[in-house]
Amino acid sequence: MTYLAKPKLHHPTLPANRLGYTRRDYEGKISTLCAGCGHDSISASIIQACWELEIEPHRVAKLSGIGCSSKTPDYFLGNSHGFNSVHGRMPSVLTGANLANRDLMYLGVSGDGDSASIGLGQFAHLIRRGVNMTYIVENNGVYGLTKGQFSATADQGSKSKRGAVNRDAPIDMVSLALQLGVTYVARSFSGDKEQLVPLIKGALNHRGAALIDVISPCVAFNNHAGSTKSYDYIRAHNDAVNRLDFMPRRDVILADYSPGEVIEITQHDGSRLRLRKLADGYDPGDRLAAISHITAHQARGEVVTGLLFVDPSADDLHDHLNTVAAPLNRLAEADLCPGAGVLEAINAELT
Amino acid sequence: MSVPDQGRPGPRTSGGVIRHRGITATNDFVVKFANVNGSGSASANELFARSILRMGVPVSPRNIFPSNIQGLPTWYEVRVTEQGHLGRRGGVDLMIAMNPQTWDQDIREIEPDGYVLYDSTRPLPPSRFRPDIHAIGVPLSDIAAGKFADPKERQLLKNIMYVGVLAYLLGIESEVVAQLLGEQYKGKDKLIKPNLDAFETGRSYAEQNLAGVLALRVERRNSVGDRIFIEGNAAAALGAVYGGATVCAWYPITPSSSVAEAFQKYCGRYRVDKATGRNKFAIVQAEDELASIGMVIGAGWNGARAFTATSGPGVSLMTEFIGLAYFAEIPATIINVQRGGPSTGMPTRTQQSDLLACAYASHGDTKHVLLFPEDPHECFEFSAAALDLAERLQTPIFLMTDLDIGMNHRLCAPLRWDDSRRYDRGKVMSAEELEAGKDFGRYLDADGDGIPSRTLPGTHPTRGAYFTRGTTKDAYARYSEAGPDYVYNMERLLKKFDSAKKLVPQPIVRKASQKTPYGVIFYGSTSPSMNEAIGTLEQSGVHLDRLRVRAFPFPESVDRFIEQHERVFVVEQNRDGQLRAMLVNELQVDPARLVPILHYDGTPITARFIVKAIKDRMAGANVRPLKGGKAA
Repeated sequence: MTYLAKPKLHHPTLPANRLGYTRRDYEGKISTLCAGCGHDSISASIIQACWELEIEPHRVAKLSGIGCSSKTPDYFLGNSHGFNSVHGRMPSVLTGANLANRDLMYLGVSGDGDSASIGLGQFAHLIRRGVNMTYIVENNGVYGLTKGQFSATADQGSKSKRGAVNRDAPIDMVSLALQLGVTYVARSFSGDKEQLVPLIKGALNHRGAALIDVISPCVAFNNHAGSTKSYDYIRAHNDAVNRLDFMPRRDVILADYSPGEVIEITQHDGSRLRLRKLADGYDPGDRLAAISHITAHQARGEVVTGLLFVDPSADDLHDHLNTVAAPLNRLAEADLCPGAGVLEAINAELT
Repeated sequence: MSVPDQGRPGPRTSGGVIRHRGITATNDFVVKFANVNGSGSASANELFARSILRMGVPVSPRNIFPSNIQGLPTWYEVRVTEQGHLGRRGGVDLMIAMNPQTWDQDIREIEPDGYVLYDSTRPLPPSRFRPDIHAIGVPLSDIAAGKFADPKERQLLKNIMYVGVLAYLLGIESEVVAQLLGEQYKGKDKLIKPNLDAFETGRSYAEQNLAGVLALRVERRNSVGDRIFIEGNAAAALGAVYGGATVCAWYPITPSSSVAEAFQKYCGRYRVDKATGRNKFAIVQAEDELASIGMVIGAGWNGARAFTATSGPGVSLMTEFIGLAYFAEIPATIINVQRGGPSTGMPTRTQQSDLLACAYASHGDTKHVLLFPEDPHECFEFSAAALDLAERLQTPIFLMTDLDIGMNHRLCAPLRWDDSRRYDRGKVMSAEELEAGKDFGRYLDADGDGIPSRTLPGTHPTRGAYFTRGTTKDAYARYSEAGPDYVYNMERLLKKFDSAKKLVPQPIVRKASQKTPYGVIFYGSTSPSMNEAIGTLEQSGVHLDRLRVRAFPFPESVDRFIEQHERVFVVEQNRDGQLRAMLVNELQVDPARLVPILHYDGTPITARFIVKAIKDRMAGANVRPLKGGKAA
């Protein structure tokens, strides 16, 4: 298989943002993910957010690890440099890139296998260092590219497509990030663009590490009986189980609901996703209350979404390292090399 | 025979007089200090070595230390060498035996007619000595107990006391020691006096009680010249400062940690913006070596000069990322201070056993550029050069140093920098070039040297962006699993590796004093012992042309050197002859012509070892030494 070129024909009436760019200027190549994949909705939300934010497309650097989610940076922001690195290691590559040039916006895209399983260590350390970036975890609880194994975010007791039961406790990326000192954290659903786009916009404008855990259904491998994220589990004995291997065309479900409402999304992959929008009175500035709220609701099988915590005055890794305002990659000999005279003095000390 | 006379203080030579003369030498002997780790001996022992250096006599000190903070045995070996033989000699002429745990082993190591200086406060039976060595007892603990009240101070100053004893016995000038102590405790002046007192106490005790017991002498010379005394790790760090590294990501591991620590120190001095007080560098102690190399690759991708320092186990962890940097063509500099492997191996011992692991690091077909510095001077030169090469070649560059060079002070040529030198940033396409419509193919061999152009993120709003990936791609960085696209890139990477041959430090060839069919190839820290061995072998009629390899890929001259000799010894500090394997693999030479000489017990290779090994091989092959160009 080779890459897929996208037709360059533009609709003449596509609206342009103030920089003169249309949404097309923020798009990438045609996605090679399964039709109906939640990840494509996230890519669309990223495009929408960047277009609306009027970011110059080349001022974003997009990085990822390995997996279905990590392929997506090829499918948005085609005028931005992208880096599809190694499995679970996007955080370190992004950290280095950020150290080299603090002037760009950094967008890391990862999945639950990439960030919660193989890459949990790097995820944790990026968050605790406060690297200035937006970290999107496209969370579907399974490995797609290797055909349906559990990831570390899979719920305890849920069944794989082949019938194995997951006995291990799930990792909740949001709670973990809160413990590690994340300064902007949200959870959303790939089918709820209305909720997601503003969260991405907020994250891109946040200084420090901003995490968005996006529940993003896998249409191919998490749509079977016994999965605690399956449609059937929520709606027992639904016919959808019998369409287990059915790959629908691009028919992403858009959920719409009002604050305080708990919704069971009976989506095409059958996952049990009960989303709750932020309750009235929820304080996104209270880290401990956020952890407690999330934990309590999780115990009831609910998934809390929205902007869950934000510290608008956070600092970042460059502040911790006291680096100069100019990007390090722009410094030249005059800034960096102490010169022959200094070396003579160093030699004189070394006798 | 000189068996110590137990029970009373004073010189433990029979009757205070040496019956038969011990080893007699001036400015050419080995002193070894056997201490307990964490007892404060390191600074006293270094003071001893530096004071001899200040008298114009070259020294070559080596730490032989355990993987431990406190309590285990540690040694410090000082070779005093007016001739400037900086390799480890082997054997000990004077043992300063301060560690009861290792007494028997230390006594065994002394050369016949050699000496042991020991703390005679507690009596030792004659059976613990050897009849063919000379024992010099000094009741150090007794004297220290009477002089220093604080137990901790007593321990520390006891070490300085034996330096005083040695100063008298060897003829080290007190003024030199006083000057060094003054420099060492500059700004902490109240520490100078107790140290001087302790030194003088030891010295005067020796003067009163030990006259004539030692026939080793230090005499002032002018043999050091303008050479400097520095650890390889500090020199490599300075090279990174001078070479323009702005990002350092590392994970602590012996014996490389002091590279990053020295980089931090020198950056603190020379890389802080005066106006704002802010740093023109970023140093991150990563969570592991996977993260440290990941950060280096991220920074290199984004146009900053970045490096990491590590050792074997770290390289093992980094290999997946190294494959990515090779295949996606991203600059990265990796300083590998090698130690004994495999696995945890010998963390505090030296080896050259990571060549294969680094040269071919990663799954799939890869080849990486390696640089082999012989001393701190080259650590400086090559670490700056590595940053240039990494950007020129857009690939990982390994600086292959080792514990022997990295963690010991070594006398070497002063560091030099040419202020007109400009960093080689390699082929980076600018916004202007893109705007002008220049064709940009990230993996396109536009110049025929296998080296493509890259763009840095953020260069141009609509041109030059590409997607970096570890998967296969075509010349324009588009995802492709097509065989021809894959082969194009793999062949181009080979061509690029070939281009590297002309860019890396070239080998140094030195001919024997007469024509010879025998050659020797060596590299890195083997250098001083090899050069010394050549001299010794010449004296016995064995003549060898020598070639010091300074980099991989091997330039053409390595091939020629092997072709020109019937038999080439390859001297290495590993078990499997790793450089030899690479020579066979890369140059298509007949393996029979390359004779491995291998030393890998974790101690630095010695001239004595090389001489014996080469002579044995010659004898085994029924080769007669050459005299006057003809077989003798």
